[in-house]
Amino acid sequence: MTFDEEYYNIGYLDRLSYQDTFVHNLDPRVKLITTMLFLFAVVSFPKYEIVALFPFFLFPVLLLTIGEIPLLFILKKVALVSPFAVFIGIFNPLLDPVQVTVLPGLTLSAGWFSFCSILLKFLLTVSTALLLIATTSFPGVCHALRQIGVPSLFVSQLLFLYRYLFVLAEESMRIIRARDMRSYGRRGTGVKVFVRIVGMLFLRTIERAERVYYAMLSRGFQGDMPALRNFRITAADLAFTASVMGCLYLFRFYPVSEKLGLFAQGLF
Amino acid sequence: MHMADALLSPAVGTTMWAGSVAALGYSSRKLKENIDNQMIPLMGVMGAFIFAAQMINFTIPGTGSSGHLGGGMILAVILGPYAAFLVMASVLTVQALFFADGGLLALGCNIWNMGVYPCFVAYPLIYKPIAGDGTSARRMSIAAIISVLVALQLGPFSVVLETLLSGKSELPFSTFILFMQPIHLAIGLVEGVVTAGVIRYVKNARPEILQSSGAFRPLDTGISVRKVLAFFVIIALITGGALSWFASTHPDGLEWSIEKITGREELAVQERGIAPVLNKIQEKTAFLPDYTFRPAVTGDPEAGNGPAWPSIEAGTSVAGIVGSAMVLGLVLLTGIGVRSFKRR
Repeated sequence: MTFDEEYYNIGYLDRLSYQDTFVHNLDPRVKLITTMLFLFAVVSFPKYEIVALFPFFLFPVLLLTIGEIPLLFILKKVALVSPFAVFIGIFNPLLDPVQVTVLPGLTLSAGWFSFCSILLKFLLTVSTALLLIATTSFPGVCHALRQIGVPSLFVSQLLFLYRYLFVLAEESMRIIRARDMRSYGRRGTGVKVFVRIVGMLFLRTIERAERVYYAMLSRGFQGDMPALRNFRITAADLAFTASVMGCLYLFRFYPVSEKLGLFAQGLF
Repeated sequence: MHMADALLSPAVGTTMWAGSVAALGYSSRKLKENIDNQMIPLMGVMGAFIFAAQMINFTIPGTGSSGHLGGGMILAVILGPYAAFLVMASVLTVQALFFADGGLLALGCNIWNMGVYPCFVAYPLIYKPIAGDGTSARRMSIAAIISVLVALQLGPFSVVLETLLSGKSELPFSTFILFMQPIHLAIGLVEGVVTAGVIRYVKNARPEILQSSGAFRPLDTGISVRKVLAFFVIIALITGGALSWFASTHPDGLEWSIEKITGREELAVQERGIAPVLNKIQEKTAFLPDYTFRPAVTGDPEAGNGPAWPSIEAGTSVAGIVGSAMVLGLVLLTGIGVRSFKRR
């Protein structure tokens, strides 16, 4: 996986976020806050917890299906960033060798439980965070941040960064192409050339910033980026928030999986 | 070295968020005091520049592997610490949202590890004194290399601390440190050389950029370094204090609050007689006391205390497994149901 493929994916995520579904139409603030609560609830479980984490998959699955986001795409992106968490977690089974009996005849070391717990939490948190941006346009998220009270300077910074990301990414892909054409194998990819390329890119960036600034001045820029769309909290937003919070509370404080299992055992 | 949500406890995540938000608020206030409107688009485009520069790989000399730029220090030198911090934070936010690099809870940690250290520690304390007034290219290069090295040692060190205080990983402190620090020493060296090179290139090609951006640097004009330092020492103390308090007594806030409400934890401890004494000894000797000795109070069937596992009844754990399978099945069914309903 090369960098530019990742960057094309940014464009894809951006396109996904402009669909017209129930999830997409929710207020960005509502989605941001419920997502944060969800992350908190998931991360707050003790380190050996596995069973109680499963009900939480309901939230990303609903976002994914109602928001009509392709599952494989999200899974691919999750896999792409997994190395760090997996790497840190993989030592748990070795370092925490206390044996635990799961079923009669099946014992595992306690570390496997904490490792699985890390993996589950990782899957839940990363996929939900990705789904947030796949169902909310980035300007929407920025607007929500501003309304929540993040300094407007920082919000403008995010909006600018996002706007010019695509422009500069294309520019630097042209540079990479030019370098590749002029270099054989590894020759020409050394630090010396890299420094010159980055320096050049930097100078171009500065010049672009100057042009952007004059263009903005001539269009009446006064130091802030106003939002075009006015978001309002609707009944659907409130209902969504209430049900998510209810579910989170239930899943966090009642052993749902276990109760369901006991119930099923009672049936048979 | 992005910190990940899954390795984080809510207490650590919140504390680091508090620290980063404080630094964000402080920076934007300081910037607003003497900002030129031209600075706003410049900062935005510089953020995009960092991304674009990260796309270009280069061959690391001697190893044959390839690396790419981090960029925090270049920003600090060119934009000054406050603007650079905001740019770095915005870059990390976009990375967290679009690449899921780290995650949203861990974003606080990441902004702290990769933003605060280069902009507010390495830049004012190391780069500025060594580089001086910026007339000597050699001094600027040395300053860039050393400051990047220091920033890239502090960052991973924080990652180690945050991971250990969260208690999700079993890695012992020493192993983790011995693994992280040398790797980042190498990364820091390469990054330092590249940073120095880029700064030198810019200085040769367009020296006025470095000079004019000096005007945007409030550290030079008016506000004393000492004041800024004092602020960060205080922030660090508060953060550290809060962190250690949380970590030593309440491994996670939610659970702690439940225990407060139900009082179950206290009862369970009292009943055990000798256990509290042992608990105390354990707490005094262990580096991270709570994780190994937490009684399973929230009804998690497979959870429990590290060394003294409760004897698990086969019944409950079977229920857990059956229940998990059922829950997963239900969730899947819901998903498939919604999908097919939507297709129609």
